[in-house]
Amino acid sequence: MSLLQVQGLAVHYGGIRAVKGIDLSVQEGEVVCLIGANGAGKTTSLRALAGLLPSAAGSIHYAGTDITALPVHQRARLGLALVPEGRGVFPRLTVEENLRMGAYWRNDRPGIATDLERVYELFPRLRERHAQRGGTLSGGEQQMLSLARALMSRPRLLLLDEPSMGLAPLAVRKIFDTIRLIAEQGMTLLLVEQNARLALETSHRGYVLEGGRIVHRDTAAALLASPKVREAYLGA
Amino acid sequence: MDVLLQQLLNGLILGSLYAMVALGYTMVYGILELINFAHGEIVMLGAMVAVSLLTLLVGAGVPVPLALFLALGAAVAVCMLTGILVERVAYRPLRNAPRLAPLITAIGVSIVLQNLAMIFWGRQYLSFPPVQEVQVYDWMGATVTNVQLIIVGVAALTMGGLLLLVNRTRLGRAMRATAQNREVAGLMGVDVNRVIAVTFAVGSALAAVAGLLIAAYYGIAHYNMGFTLGLKAFSAAVLGGIGNIPGALLGGLLLGVIESLGAGYIGDLTGGFLGSHYQDIFAFFVLILVLVFRPSGLLGERVGERA
Ligand SMILES: Nc1ncnc2c1ncn2[C@@H]1O[C@H](COP(=O)(O)OP(=O)(O)O)[C@@H](O)[C@H]1O
Ligand SMILES: [Mg+2]
Repeated sequence: MSLLQVQGLAVHYGGIRAVKGIDLSVQEGEVVCLIGANGAGKTTSLRALAGLLPSAAGSIHYAGTDITALPVHQRARLGLALVPEGRGVFPRLTVEENLRMGAYWRNDRPGIATDLERVYELFPRLRERHAQRGGTLSGGEQQMLSLARALMSRPRLLLLDEPSMGLAPLAVRKIFDTIRLIAEQGMTLLLVEQNARLALETSHRGYVLEGGRIVHRDTAAALLASPKVREAYLGA
Repeated sequence: MDVLLQQLLNGLILGSLYAMVALGYTMVYGILELINFAHGEIVMLGAMVAVSLLTLLVGAGVPVPLALFLALGAAVAVCMLTGILVERVAYRPLRNAPRLAPLITAIGVSIVLQNLAMIFWGRQYLSFPPVQEVQVYDWMGATVTNVQLIIVGVAALTMGGLLLLVNRTRLGRAMRATAQNREVAGLMGVDVNRVIAVTFAVGSALAAVAGLLIAAYYGIAHYNMGFTLGLKAFSAAVLGGIGNIPGALLGGLLLGVIESLGAGYIGDLTGGFLGSHYQDIFAFFVLILVLVFRPSGLLGERVGERA
C-alpha cells in the first residue's frame, strides 16, 4: 500500500482554481518528483498535502488514514514534513533553536540529542553556526537548516519545495548531494522542482504538472527520454 | 539632588508596573500584530477582583498572607480566563480579516469589560485594605517604603519568570517561533491556536499581578483605571519597540522615570502654570515623539514595515 495516496485533489484561492483534481501516490522508500513550469501549481499541491491550504475536493490518504481534514500540526506529528518554498527559517531563533523546533512535538530527549548530533554531522556548517541567528545565514545555509530541521522531526515522508531555488550552482550541488544521501538511507521523498533535469535524475518516478493538471506520469528514466518532456522541460 | 533621586526612585517603581502591563501588549502584538486595547481592562479586572476579595477575606478574619495569596490567585484565574475568552470570541474569528477590524473590536471589548465592571462593582473607588503597616526608610536623602519595595520585588520576580518562560522553555520557543512565522510553526507540529491562547493567558496573568500591585501602589482600584493605564503601557511598549520583550521592560522603566521626573519639574518648567497632576501628558508626549522620530522604538527591529 502507498504511503501517500492522493485522489482528485483540487485547491482553490477564492475563485482561482490552482490545482484541478490531481491523482498521485508515493510508495514507502520511493523518491518521486513533481515538475512543471512556474505557476503550474506545484507549491499549491505541496501546501495542501501538508495542511497549509484546505482541499476544495478530493482526498489525501497517508499511512492508511484519511488526513484530508486534519490540521497542519497534526499532520506534522504523523511524520509528514514539508520543507517549504523559501525555506521558512525562523530568523530570530538561533540555528540550534531552529533545529530543536523541528523536534518540537517529540518527547524522547535522548533521541533528539542523537538526531541533533546526526544532522550536525550531515551539515558541519550548521554546527559551526549553531549559536547564530537563522536570519544571518546565507541562502544555501538556510536551505540546509530548513532540511536539517525537517529531519529533526524523524519524518516518514519528506516534501521538498524547490530546494534549489535562488542558490548558486555549488550550493545546489551540495543540497542535492545531501538529498540523494538521505534518499539512499531509505527516506521517502516527494520533490518539487523547476529544475526538471536535476529532479528527474534524483528520482525514481515523476509527475509533470501543467496548469493545475497532471499531464505526464512515468518512471524518471522514461520521462528523461520522452521527446515531449525533453522539449518542454529539459531544453533539448 | 535628593529631589532628583527621589523622583528617579519613584519613577523606577512606577516603571516596573508599566513594564508588566507593557509586556502583555508586546507579547500579543508580537504573535498576532494586534494591539489588544482591552489589555488595560484586564489589569483593571485583576485589581478589582484582588481588592474586593482581599477586603472581604481580611474583614472575615483570614490571616493577611493567606488572604493576599487567595486574592492574587483569584485575580490571576479571572484575568487568564477573560484573556482566553476575549481571544477566542473576539479576535480569532477576525484572524484573517483586514487589520482595522480586530483593532476596532479590541476597543469594543475594552468598553464592554469596563461597563461590566461598573455594573458589578459600581462607580465608587475600592480602597486597598491596610494589610501592611507602612514603614518609611531614608536612603541618601530620598525615602522609600516597605510596600514600595515589596511591589518592585514582586514585579521583578514575575517579569524574571516570564523571561525564563519565553527564553528557556519549549513552550517559550514555540511562542517565539509562532511570532516569527506562524505557518512554519504549524509545520513543526506546533498547535498555533493553543500557543496564541497561552500567550493571552500569560499576558493576562501578568496583568492580574500588575493590577494587584498597582492597586497597592495607589491604594485604590476603580472600574475606570484600565483606560489611562492601558494607554500608558501601550506607549511604553511602543517606546521600547512593540513586539520586543526586552523593549517592553526598558520602555516601561523609562516611561516611569520620564513621567516621574516630569511630574517633579513640570511646575518649574511651566512657571507654575501646570502642576504635577498633569503628569499623564508625558506618556502621550513620548508616544507622539517615538511615532514621529523612531516608529520602531528603541529596541525594535524593522517594525515600521510590519506596522
Ligand atoms: N496566494 C495566492 N493567491 C492567489 N493565487 C495564487 C496564490 N498562490 C499561487 N497562486 C496561483 O496559483 C497558481 C499556482 O501557483 P503555485 O502553486 O505557486 O505554482 P508553482 O509552485 O508551480 O510555481 C498560479 O497561477 C499562481 O498565480
Ligand atoms: Mg512554487
